[in-house]
Amino acid sequence: MSEVLTELGEAIAAKLPDAVTASGVSDFGDLVLNVKLDQIPKVVEFLKSNSAMKFSTLIDITAVDYPSRAVRFEMVYHFLSMYTNTRIRIKAQVAEDGIVPSIHEIHPGANWFEREVFDMYGVLFSGHPDLRRILTDYGFRGYPLRKDFPTTGYTELRYDEVAKRVVYEPVTLTQEYRQFDFMSPWEGAEYILPGDDKAEAK
Amino acid sequence: MADGNFNDAQSGEQRIRNFNINFGPQHPAAHGVLRLVLELDGEIVERCDPHIGLLHRGTEKLMESRTYLQNLPYFDRLDYVAPMNQEHAWCLAIEKLSGVEVPRRASLIRVLYSEIGRILNHILNVTTQAMDVGALTPPLWGFEEREHLMEFYERASGSRLHAAYFRPGGVHQDLPQDLLDDIMAWTMSFPEVLADIDGLLTENRIFKQRNVDIAVVTEQEALDWGFSGVMVRGSGMAWDLRRAQPYECYDEFEFDIPVGKNGDCYDRYLCRMQEMRESLKIIQQAIQKLETATGDVLARGKLTPPKRGDMKTSMEALIHHFKLYTEGFKVPEGEVYVAVEAPKGEFGVFLVSDGSNKPYKTKIRAPGYLHLAAMDHLCKGHQLADVAAIIGTLDVVFGEIDR
Repeated sequence: MSEVLTELGEAIAAKLPDAVTASGVSDFGDLVLNVKLDQIPKVVEFLKSNSAMKFSTLIDITAVDYPSRAVRFEMVYHFLSMYTNTRIRIKAQVAEDGIVPSIHEIHPGANWFEREVFDMYGVLFSGHPDLRRILTDYGFRGYPLRKDFPTTGYTELRYDEVAKRVVYEPVTLTQEYRQFDFMSPWEGAEYILPGDDKAEAK
Repeated sequence: MADGNFNDAQSGEQRIRNFNINFGPQHPAAHGVLRLVLELDGEIVERCDPHIGLLHRGTEKLMESRTYLQNLPYFDRLDYVAPMNQEHAWCLAIEKLSGVEVPRRASLIRVLYSEIGRILNHILNVTTQAMDVGALTPPLWGFEEREHLMEFYERASGSRLHAAYFRPGGVHQDLPQDLLDDIMAWTMSFPEVLADIDGLLTENRIFKQRNVDIAVVTEQEALDWGFSGVMVRGSGMAWDLRRAQPYECYDEFEFDIPVGKNGDCYDRYLCRMQEMRESLKIIQQAIQKLETATGDVLARGKLTPPKRGDMKTSMEALIHHFKLYTEGFKVPEGEVYVAVEAPKGEFGVFLVSDGSNKPYKTKIRAPGYLHLAAMDHLCKGHQLADVAAIIGTLDVVFGEIDR
């Protein structure tokens, strides 16, 4: 199975040499293509219209945030071909201020996925007809799925009996948000263990 | 004529203008908290703009700060109509990354409960969709059966809805034989109820008037909008992940995939009715297979707790138990996309693991999200009253759409 997929990946890469930077099968048997950001529509169009592959169903679009990388976000597209019963994953790197070309003209279903990525990560899409927030509240600020966005958020709301309406307030936590550290000290914790600071003084 | 301009004969009232109305968020036919902004030309829908996210709980964000096992119950709360089918996708993703083989008995139990989930979902959808178009009796009859099924959930897992029963490496506990006997007895009595509902709806004149030729989805449209599940099968494509990309042990089961012809609401209703009958077949086969498949229901290893008896005698087992439920298990680094045929369509999980005890990123691919995204396309040109029928046939549940 994986040999067939490897060949398929190589065939796509050979057809689109200036768009596909790498192709291969992951350890878990998924066909993965790395493509250049500005070539996404071209690759997607090719995959959809090529009669031998027909990756005509858009499964998913999402992004992954890697704050430590120079190019921060990674766009991840999943496609399915119901005709050849194959799945493919396409990845492209996009910087924090980068703009991703929209594919909603090729796959109309991409519209909401791109809105969601914009909502959650703040990645912009060019050529999108209606790039509004989708899942978060009206007037929400920030991009929740970025790694530097706190899980507790910044605002909370309650019904105010005096004002007779819902009011927004900055979050107040009665207790610190609990993030447990399970890193074993034997496996290399990145902080000074309690007591180790005293050992230096001797 | 000199006075050929008839506009002055119209009063302001008669001058036609498009009308914007708000449908929901609190509307009994919205199947949850859906707000639709509809632009109407008379009674014809010109534009439909769904506003979603009113049930957004940030599941994907929360999951990044919890262990793999703690994340499992979040999946019950996505599509709360068929909870175990969602857990299934999560367990499969973890098992694929860590390369764990599920014991055969656990695998059969998973299939059994996935199909119970499918019937749970389809009963709810078929009967409430009928309610949206004016029938009151089907939901009353159907919900009685759902109650029986939720009892089976409760007897297996301890809770009627939020089961947390499928675990990475198997299922939480073994099923007693009398529960299997009761499920078998139920599969014998259910076809009668199904036939009753069928008799009420299938040839019902009003039901047909409200559903036939409404929201016709062609094969091309189904592909363009990324539909899955009944939404593509209603349009004539025999696409079912249980058959096309068999996971668990679905390849051993005999069942048919019902396919519609016209791709309208009525065909999708017929598909769902037939799928329930097919699910019954799978349930019966699974119970028969379970008779011979005795053995453990958890792949004992890093992912699963040790046996209670071992913990009484083995220090290592006790430590393992403690570490498993505090720190959790670690999943090897990698990215994986796993999909299951949930009752609503393809439910997928894209999991990025960095090798720690928490997922680095999880993306939940809910079938309803794409179905609802096509709402504008499907509603255009339909009557306002059809909007309720279309929401019903799309089978939207906001737990999974808003996440």
